[in-house]
Amino acid sequence: MIVRRLLAAVLMLFVVSLVVFVLTQALPGDVVRQMLGQSATADQVARLRAELGLDQPLIAQYLSWAGDLLHGDLGVSLTSGEQVSTMIGSRLGATASLVVVTFALMVPCAFVLGIAAARRPGGVIDHVVSGAVTVILSLPEFVVGILLIVLLATGAFRILPPTSVIPAGQSLWQHPQLLILPVLTLVVTALPYLTESVKSAMRDELGSEYIRWARLSGIRESRLVIRHALRNALAPSLQVSAMTLTYLLGGTVAIEVVFNYPGIGSALVSAVTDRDVPVVQGIVMIVAAASLVVYVVADLLALIVTPRARRRAQ
Amino acid sequence: MNTAEEIDVAAGTTARHDSRRTSVLRRVARDPRTLIGALAVILILVVVIIGPHLAPHDPGDFVGAPFAAAGHDALLGTDILGRDVWSRLLAGGLTFVVQGVVATVAGVGLGAVLGAVISLLSRRTGEFLLSINDTFIVIPQILVSLLIITRFGANPWVLVSVVAFSHIAHTTRVVRAATLRVVSQDYVRAAEGIGMSRAQIVAKELFPNVLPVLLVELGIRMAASFVLLASLNFLGFGSSGMEWGRMIEENKGGIAVQPWAVMAPVLAIAILLIGMNLVRDGISRAVSARSAR
Repeated sequence: MIVRRLLAAVLMLFVVSLVVFVLTQALPGDVVRQMLGQSATADQVARLRAELGLDQPLIAQYLSWAGDLLHGDLGVSLTSGEQVSTMIGSRLGATASLVVVTFALMVPCAFVLGIAAARRPGGVIDHVVSGAVTVILSLPEFVVGILLIVLLATGAFRILPPTSVIPAGQSLWQHPQLLILPVLTLVVTALPYLTESVKSAMRDELGSEYIRWARLSGIRESRLVIRHALRNALAPSLQVSAMTLTYLLGGTVAIEVVFNYPGIGSALVSAVTDRDVPVVQGIVMIVAAASLVVYVVADLLALIVTPRARRRAQ
Repeated sequence: MNTAEEIDVAAGTTARHDSRRTSVLRRVARDPRTLIGALAVILILVVVIIGPHLAPHDPGDFVGAPFAAAGHDALLGTDILGRDVWSRLLAGGLTFVVQGVVATVAGVGLGAVLGAVISLLSRRTGEFLLSINDTFIVIPQILVSLLIITRFGANPWVLVSVVAFSHIAHTTRVVRAATLRVVSQDYVRAAEGIGMSRAQIVAKELFPNVLPVLLVELGIRMAASFVLLASLNFLGFGSSGMEWGRMIEENKGGIAVQPWAVMAPVLAIAILLIGMNLVRDGISRAVSARSAR
């Protein structure tokens, strides 16, 4: 069971690498001319082709590209001449902090709110959660970001910096206030869905037969909720949490641009604008691989925390 | 993100052979939330369709100083280059809406065909193809979109294809699940039993019963199209240069001085998307209320 899931993940990673490779290098048309612009001389084009290995057969190109990738060699940026791995490395921390802080704040909130809403169906929290799902889930992250900027930075209240530009040579953690708005935006966009999922998983469990029996046999309500209902609601909730985490990985792209946040998302967007293929390849592969890891870990966690699923797996 | 929710909706739709279909429409029309949503969507669509003819200025004309406040000449002030925000708002929606709709129909159509084909294959092959398909659900959509744009640039066809592509994996999964569920129903077995041909079963039993699921999926994907498209426009990848998302990106720097240049397109996008979501939720509530009886 576990081996099968790991194999599926490896297959998925292979598919991603193929897609990245095919889309950026193997399709017909001259990538090099696109990168250099129409004014490039034939000599420049030939030199860059050789440099990128584009004069070799496709399978050889893929193998050498994927081989380099596995060694952590992501090539050289076409615009800055910097090693892509160094360039990503210097920005990865900022994005990782954003995602991790958001996730760490969001998950406890979602569970507390979700459980509270499930215990009183039709109550205030229940309605607020459903309303937030309808309104916020329909909006792109950047719209929520702009609304929060207007609300908290430039318009109604002016208490937070509207952009997250870090002074040169300093680290993000010297300026924690720069994290607040980006994190808040991501929490606001991703929290309703996760809360709603926890809520419906908990409601299903609390309405089930075994909970009714447990309640009749006089088990304390708090123990009932935490030890019994939550235990079984945990697996679906964990899976949705993982989905939220991959959603955050994608959501940071637009959010980083909104706040001029110095992470890999904003680097990706400028690389796409400049057609800096090695940087785009590198960032896409890293984020895609991270998403796949999250997906597999969530799958395995779900397997571990549900007694039922564990028994079935054996 | 919505997989679980959608599958529920799909499971909630019942077989065609029941005569209470009209009650869904009546229920939808009586629900105030759905009505507000419908009004919001209609409002934006009217602005989008007749807007270009109402614009007081040419959207490319410079009518004043950059980021000038609202005045009698510019209803919502001017943008970063001194162009009229109101005129650009009226003119900028059409490309956005047309591209979103075309991309949704194309993507959901392709996904439906793929889903139906995969459901006809053997279980083994089907599941193998599905795990490849799932790759595109697991990795963030925007990555694939940006990859394609890196290679082909942001022209209208590329944008539509990119957004259409973002739907295929999801629709494939939903349609395959729905088809397999219908195939295992008694009435399909009964149809086989009385000797209906394969083609007849597909046309008379399968298609009408998968259709509601497909329509719900179309609604969900339509909203997703606009979200992705607006985000791409905002990131600087648009084809007309004056989509709402692009306006937001251009004028973001002046948000403290001239908030309307940003807020007007933000509100237009927000009203459209929240309206669509209200309508969609209303319809799925009505459908599940009917099948609960």
